[in-house]
Amino acid sequence: MIDKILEKVEKLDVQIKELESETAQVTRGLVKAVGSAQEVLEDTEVEREDWKAHNKEISKLKSMREYFLAECEHLTPEDRVFLARHSMRPHVDDFIEGLFTDFFEQKGDHLFDEDLSIYGGIAFFHGIPVTVLGHRKGHTMEDNMKYNFGMPCPEGYRKALRLMKQAEKFKRPIITFIDTPGAYPGVEAEEHGQGEAIAVNLAKMSQFHVPVISVITGEGNSGGALAIGVANRVLMLENAVYSILSPEGFASILWKDAQRKKEACELMKLTAGDLKEAGVCEEVIKEPIGGAQRNYKAVMREMDATIWKHLQELMKMSPNELKNDRQSKYRKIG
Amino acid sequence: MESLLNTISKSFVMRSFPGESQEIKNEEPEFVACKKCKRRSLKRNWIDNYYVCPNCGKYRSISASYRMSLIFDSGIYKEFNAHIKAADPMKFPDYAKKLEEKKKETGLEEAALSAVGKIGGYKTVVIALDSRFFMGSMSSVVGEKVTRAIEYATKKKLPLIIFSASGGARMQEGIYSLMQMAKTSAAIAEFHAAGGLYISYLTHPTTGGVTASFASLGDITLAEPGALIGFAGPRVIEQTIHKKLPHGFQKSEYLEAHGFVDKIVPRSEMRETLIQLLRLHVK
Ligand SMILES: [Zn+2]
Repeated sequence: MIDKILEKVEKLDVQIKELESETAQVTRGLVKAVGSAQEVLEDTEVEREDWKAHNKEISKLKSMREYFLAECEHLTPEDRVFLARHSMRPHVDDFIEGLFTDFFEQKGDHLFDEDLSIYGGIAFFHGIPVTVLGHRKGHTMEDNMKYNFGMPCPEGYRKALRLMKQAEKFKRPIITFIDTPGAYPGVEAEEHGQGEAIAVNLAKMSQFHVPVISVITGEGNSGGALAIGVANRVLMLENAVYSILSPEGFASILWKDAQRKKEACELMKLTAGDLKEAGVCEEVIKEPIGGAQRNYKAVMREMDATIWKHLQELMKMSPNELKNDRQSKYRKIG
Repeated sequence: MESLLNTISKSFVMRSFPGESQEIKNEEPEFVACKKCKRRSLKRNWIDNYYVCPNCGKYRSISASYRMSLIFDSGIYKEFNAHIKAADPMKFPDYAKKLEEKKKETGLEEAALSAVGKIGGYKTVVIALDSRFFMGSMSSVVGEKVTRAIEYATKKKLPLIIFSASGGARMQEGIYSLMQMAKTSAAIAEFHAAGGLYISYLTHPTTGGVTASFASLGDITLAEPGALIGFAGPRVIEQTIHKKLPHGFQKSEYLEAHGFVDKIVPRSEMRETLIQLLRLHVK
């Protein structure tokens, strides 16, 4: 199981980091000593030995880490669900910071509430003004409470729609990041029209005349994910998952037993590879070995190149072609 | 462009610099007291702080012309439709006399100022309401000036910024005041249909008919900290429902938390924020 492997790997990460910082100190000492008088020569001899030992230890630990990480080459669907939900996985705010410039956040549905589980605004992507938004999750429990674990209420979907309608008005491409356990199941959410809010988004998104790219970055569950995901191009991070609902929910509805999650994961065809085959997703974006949380920079690099490639292709299409392309994409499925 | 402006009105160039405002000229020479915390601060400090109390942070209302001088490049802008004069359509008792008094007192013709100029290099139409003139209430002249400025921005394909500050309807103009809500909103709808960017900037107070028309129709809604923003006034609501209102009710921050304001922008960041938004929208 990936969680056990990552536990070992993360322990090694810490050890390696500590050793490396010690070694760096010794190295600084040596550099200084070389430049100064003879009298410290004996001391430096000892330090030099230390330094060698340190480096040896580091490379040993690193090869151990390589060994463990190699096991991450073959992940089960359940492993990917684990990675998709990893608390240190990059989230929408990380992507906005890493991929866009001059971001201006737009708050509120301007109707009833400000739903913090959707985060978005206007920014430049490769110098082009775009509307960017996504489900918002936190890296800490405190933030997750604030963002309702990325589960929007109708107000969140209406805020997303407000932002996307402006993108249509100002002819800006739309880029959405999907990462949600689902739409929030709550009394008020129902009273305020959760179903209506999602439905209107699906209908309106199909009508836009601007390029729409959706990237599934973590878990994309249910209509709560699709409500900001009717796109010309759907991209998925390698370990992201996309499905009708959570594997636990699936197991509990089908077999009245949420414990049979592993089985559900196998059956649901929810991995990026499965969805590419099914024609739901156009491209899978590679993640660093062991998951996106291990190297944000590498994720941003891959993601930037992939989104930009697709956006350039879409920008060659006319407004009507963009709308028809999106509609026929969904018309063809199933 | 120049000639068109001239046909609209006898346009003239206003040139004033931040700090040269008339805001506190009638007060004591050196020190000015805050209306909230009562603390007296050096006039210079008030000016440097954009008329936000240096002690407690309370916002002081500023005039429309001073607002313009703060946001336009080098404080330079062209006012237009300056000479549409206040009228008394209902022949309301004492209204004409009160109008004359207010004009004398404030040096303003009416509660709205419309201008065009560059902000961060982007040519923009700006309207600002002035709360010193009948609390910035919506008279037929205010409605007319706002509408003409919107129409001008539509025709010229220029971005539009409106700074609202209004106590609501101009009671003395009755139904004529009410109709300005429909007139201005219709003009905004045409502006949107033509694809223009409208930034609505809410300042203290934005209430009644202005809230229920152009102030609520922005693509982007910004607000000054601590401003009172709402349709019905807090006193009216309290008297109707016989309940105490929640803490901070109808303040900018309350509206932001309830999803009506994109961003609360301190006066010191006003110009930079507007430039950022123009940069993101103007091609
Ligand atoms: Zn004060």
